[in-house]
Amino acid sequence: MSENLLSIEGLDVEFRSSSSTVKAVNGVNLTLKKKETLGIVGESGSGKSVTATALMQLIPSPPGKISNGKILFNGTDLLTLSKKEMRSIRGNEIAMIFQDPMTSLNPVFTVGNQIIEAIRQHKKLTKKEAKLEAIQMLKTVGIPEPEKRIDMYPHEFSGGMRQRAMIAIALSCNPKLLIADEPTTALDVTVQAQILELMKDLQQTNDTSIIMITHDLGVVWEMCDKIIVMYAGTTVESGTVEAIFKNPLHPYTWGLLESQITKDVQHNEKLPAIPGSPPDLRKPVLGCPFVDRCPYSEEICHTKKPEFIEVEPGHFAACHFQNKTSRLEKKEGMFIG
Amino acid sequence: MAETIIKATNLKKHFPISDPIPFKKSTQSVKAVDGVSFDVYKGETLGIVGESGCGKSTLARLINQLISPTAGSVEFNGTDLASLGIKEIRSARKSIQMVFQNPDASLDPRKTIESLIAEPLVIHKIGTKESRRKRVHELLEIVGLSSYHASRYPHEFSGGQKQRINIARALTLNPDVIICDEPVSALDVSVQAQVINLLKSLQKEFNLTYIFISHDLNVVRYMCDRIAVMYLGKIVETGTFTEIYEDPKHPYTKALLSAIPKENPYDQRERIILQGDVPSPVNPPSGCHFHKRCPFVMDVCKTTPPELKEITEGNKVSCHLY
Repeated sequence: MSENLLSIEGLDVEFRSSSSTVKAVNGVNLTLKKKETLGIVGESGSGKSVTATALMQLIPSPPGKISNGKILFNGTDLLTLSKKEMRSIRGNEIAMIFQDPMTSLNPVFTVGNQIIEAIRQHKKLTKKEAKLEAIQMLKTVGIPEPEKRIDMYPHEFSGGMRQRAMIAIALSCNPKLLIADEPTTALDVTVQAQILELMKDLQQTNDTSIIMITHDLGVVWEMCDKIIVMYAGTTVESGTVEAIFKNPLHPYTWGLLESQITKDVQHNEKLPAIPGSPPDLRKPVLGCPFVDRCPYSEEICHTKKPEFIEVEPGHFAACHFQNKTSRLEKKEGMFIG
Repeated sequence: MAETIIKATNLKKHFPISDPIPFKKSTQSVKAVDGVSFDVYKGETLGIVGESGCGKSTLARLINQLISPTAGSVEFNGTDLASLGIKEIRSARKSIQMVFQNPDASLDPRKTIESLIAEPLVIHKIGTKESRRKRVHELLEIVGLSSYHASRYPHEFSGGQKQRINIARALTLNPDVIICDEPVSALDVSVQAQVINLLKSLQKEFNLTYIFISHDLNVVRYMCDRIAVMYLGKIVETGTFTEIYEDPKHPYTKALLSAIPKENPYDQRERIILQGDVPSPVNPPSGCHFHKRCPFVMDVCKTTPPELKEITEGNKVSCHLY
């Protein structure tokens, strides 16, 4: 087994306001090896993006604060680094693609300008050399006529092309780790297919590890080796794609998988849905965060927080009824209605 | 055959582009919807799919006359809506309601849920204060909320609940048709399923006809009886959902369906990846609009626009291959 490129241990992130504290991320653990793709899935507000921004140390502080945990990247704890040291890693060794290509490019600078800025921040190159490299990058991500496109502004690009430009910026310094926060959510399916294909190709050629944040399980099946499932700031399940697809352990994952619409769902069938909505993170959670929506919940779930344990080799879950010795039996039709 | 409730004939909407020279009449226009004809039958769900910018939402707005068409007509129960005066259109709109994509933006943050849901009744001067309140409470129960929610404000609700409120408001006037413009795109998967189930059960209960606009092809497959696929302002294929999903004819429909993300990690589908982007609707390509991205392009496609032909019963395709 190769060394972990990244490992996060017990990460807590909280946001304070005058009246309350929101624990957006609560004890997240994850590991990632070289060339691996990890998917983080969960609903909005489950802490997916906060985990990623904490990793990049882009959490606005105040009000945000990383209150606990370790982020080991190549063996060094990112949380102990100075601002300057972090700046040399951010964008260079860890790069990020954001969800909305419309708002993450600066409208008053040309696309070329923004790629050159990223390159010159981390490499000692003249403007001319950097421009040549930027043109090369645009070509790699499949933008036609890169020599002409480099002097255009973001508004002259379509959504798919903007996302390609974002990928070009992110990959311009050959990062070891690429964080993609819902990279295709704002795009059409046809363009989504193009972008995912591109990311897979580039991963092959550059040996990049990818963290893919998404709520679309289809994208996960397409791209990822491993998954962590997040709910209300905690990891409820993690494992390989095969393990989670074939043998999911946490009732939330069951609900999530069942509520996907597939070919097999007939018109007259009712769609399985998870009742209710996620809990309010301002209120401290005593027991399991999923308890109010879980059809399998019992007394203990309200009072005691389940531990995140290795149920099968490499397959973790946080549920009172899933452990090495006993299993929770999955019943049909629990999520209907 | 079922009764036709809405009939659109050669519907066009061109938005003129303002010219940089003042007072000069503009010569160019965005052809958002360019000659679309279709029928909607009573009690069915017609799905409209296509990429962003293909004219789906403009088409929705044309149907209930929120914008007036450049050419063509929309008939509702046999009367042409374009020929009606503003007052008559307003009363026709009682029967054609809409649910929009963004549940946040479509609810006024300063109004209580009660006044939001009762607003259609106030506008159409129906009922007294008391009867309106009763109706609001009734509607809240129907969409799965409680009557004590009536005095709250939109920000107190989650996205899924807000979309339920939008649906309640659309139901207020007992419409025949509801146009759903991407009603679940902004919602999380687990909540999305709840709202889809609600829409389905309401359709049965109130015998509603839906026009369901979405770019999520899985949702459309589950919701719709018939589907129209749009590309650059034109319908390229229509048919029943089984025909479209099992045996798509038009190369664009094929590509669109193959781009749906995998259903499981073992799915080994052949994927058609379209090159490039959707061309600009200001200057659409000559001939068939799709010819620049089509893997089966022939010489005739570059010059002659294909017509929407019926190839099997109820299944129409606009492609020179057929």
